[in-house]
Amino acid sequence: MITFSKQQLKIPQLQKPVYLVSAGQSKFDRAFPDKRTEELCIESFVMAAELLNMSPADLKRYIHSCYYGHFADHFGDQLLGESVIHDRLGLDPLGNVGVKTGGATGGSTLWEGVKAVASGYSDCVLVMGWERMDEVPTDEGNFLISCAADKDWESPLGHIYTGYYAVMAQRYWQIFGKSEESFRKTLAEISVKHHGYARFNPFAQAPMKITVDDVLKSPVVAYPLRALDCCLMSVGAACAILCDEKTAVALTSNSKNKPLRIFVSAGSHTLRPADRRDMDIPLLPNEKADQYRDLGDRFPGGDRYPGFTGFLAARMAAYYGYGMTGITDPTDDLDVIELHDAFTISDVQTYEDVGIRPYGYGRDYVESGDCYHTNPHTGKPGKLPSNLSGGLIGCMHSVGATGIMQTFEVACHLWNRWEEMHGEEKLWKKFNREKPKDWTNLQVKGAKRGMAISHAGVGSHVTATILMDPDHLIRKDA
Amino acid sequence: MSMFGQVFVKDNKYKLKGDFHHLTPCTPIRDADSGFKLLGVTNPRDMTYMHSYGGEAVFFESLSKGKLLATRCDQFECESKGSVYIPFRIHCPDCLAKNTVIDLTDVARKTARVHTFMVCERSGAFNMLDTPIKFINIEFDGVATILMSYLSIGEPDMQMRVVPIFRTSGPTFTILDLSWVPEGTREDQLPEGFSF
Ligand SMILES: [Zn+2]
Repeated sequence: MITFSKQQLKIPQLQKPVYLVSAGQSKFDRAFPDKRTEELCIESFVMAAELLNMSPADLKRYIHSCYYGHFADHFGDQLLGESVIHDRLGLDPLGNVGVKTGGATGGSTLWEGVKAVASGYSDCVLVMGWERMDEVPTDEGNFLISCAADKDWESPLGHIYTGYYAVMAQRYWQIFGKSEESFRKTLAEISVKHHGYARFNPFAQAPMKITVDDVLKSPVVAYPLRALDCCLMSVGAACAILCDEKTAVALTSNSKNKPLRIFVSAGSHTLRPADRRDMDIPLLPNEKADQYRDLGDRFPGGDRYPGFTGFLAARMAAYYGYGMTGITDPTDDLDVIELHDAFTISDVQTYEDVGIRPYGYGRDYVESGDCYHTNPHTGKPGKLPSNLSGGLIGCMHSVGATGIMQTFEVACHLWNRWEEMHGEEKLWKKFNREKPKDWTNLQVKGAKRGMAISHAGVGSHVTATILMDPDHLIRKDA
Repeated sequence: MSMFGQVFVKDNKYKLKGDFHHLTPCTPIRDADSGFKLLGVTNPRDMTYMHSYGGEAVFFESLSKGKLLATRCDQFECESKGSVYIPFRIHCPDCLAKNTVIDLTDVARKTARVHTFMVCERSGAFNMLDTPIKFINIEFDGVATILMSYLSIGEPDMQMRVVPIFRTSGPTFTILDLSWVPEGTREDQLPEGFSF
């Protein structure tokens, strides 16, 4: 049983408020044989400037330091790729740094940017992330991804990361899902939902109108997970502009973007699931110490925490993030959320880690209809719509950009610009994609607060990015 | 005629023999939809690394001798005193003192159970295992961690009792030299090169 000290559990405090004023992203796709990474990065930066009704050159004049998220150097076969992008963006001689934390790279890059502004080092920063995963064939790509596992104890075992991950899914499936056909269907519904929402997102790579049956008939990747349960492999870029209050007012003076308060917290856990040691469940504000005492009776085998079924890093990111912002219950306090749906089953695990449902009951978030834009059972707005972008399953997983894409999506709702940012014909034309005839506006009406969870591999790093309309803070001193 | 790169250490220096890289020419990538105009080039590369196991070397050497080693923190003042680790941890994660190396072979033979598993049809480039790969994660009595490995015979299931087998003939000196079979498997059923 391991424990954590009071100092380690301190709630983080920013020295001054930090604002997200704009964001942008490129088209996302499996491959861009005709584009260099810098072209995608510039595309996303130009968009961020456009949303502020500024020229890119004018926006650059405000930026003081830069944070670049790019995970896999070996995929792009270019060390110091951050330096290439920085130069192509014409941002010399500003200080810049590369950030890499696997699948959480986008979120971690935002984390670094926020701290730079909060500390007073910079008044305005660029946070940009990208990934290039199309320069090797799939087998070689799987090998390169497996290099993120322990090179002596894990990677030689098949060089297939899905395998290292899926053992955790198997345990969750049997213990908490009780291997029930009904749970398998719930997982499939997540895929249907995310591919379906991707149909309304011009940036998204995998829009699909599919049924639960289609998911259940897709090829098995690692039982019970099938091809349509898995996230995409993508290429693309996304960026965000963060700044202090004074700069936020200046930058948005000619824009529909309202500056949004941004908070980012982070947690971690062992690179190898093998090394996870037992501990008590760290509690979130909407949980009580005794509620998990009989978890092992309700779910035989489920008493080991985090075992292979919980993600401690996600739990800790939520713990720090909720503490910073005053969130007690994410379903009540948030209006929209983007989760790291690497697999349908890890989406469910995350509902529990971040306190949307208690441990053991994640599936209810889907089955109740709360996670939908419009609850399919009631026809009313979902209580906490998730992954309206399509998520990693429907929109993209261009690793270094993913956490920033999620944040862009949440911001669109809070700015009340989702319809414009996803519905405009010129965007669909620009990306050479066909806008569906039944295109639906997924703007969450009146959204004031949202969160994005960025997650690495088997749970080594997780960040929580929380956005709030400054007139709707929960903790006034946050 | 090329030769695989081989290395030994003498006077604390790496001594190299053979080829550590192979040359393959770059070729153009052209657009078949657009008059075969140039889009890029291939960049072939094949290179051999030299990797030190450091304080874990004894673990990998022991596999080839049919032994499963683990480590334990024996520091009296450490809050995790007595915790046993496999994967092998050279230092205690709490007090950072050097752990004691212990022989876990018997404990493994008597108590190893499948904590979770996955049958994986796919593999990545450079995979040396037969597919489907039967990943198993193994719990042991009195051990703080859950080791990842693979099952060589039979179908995995939760809580199934398994026993370790070792590639004692023609070892690779990697984690692949350790595998598992269901309790009760006979010696003559083991994969080539492996013994109990
Ligand atoms: Zn110790």
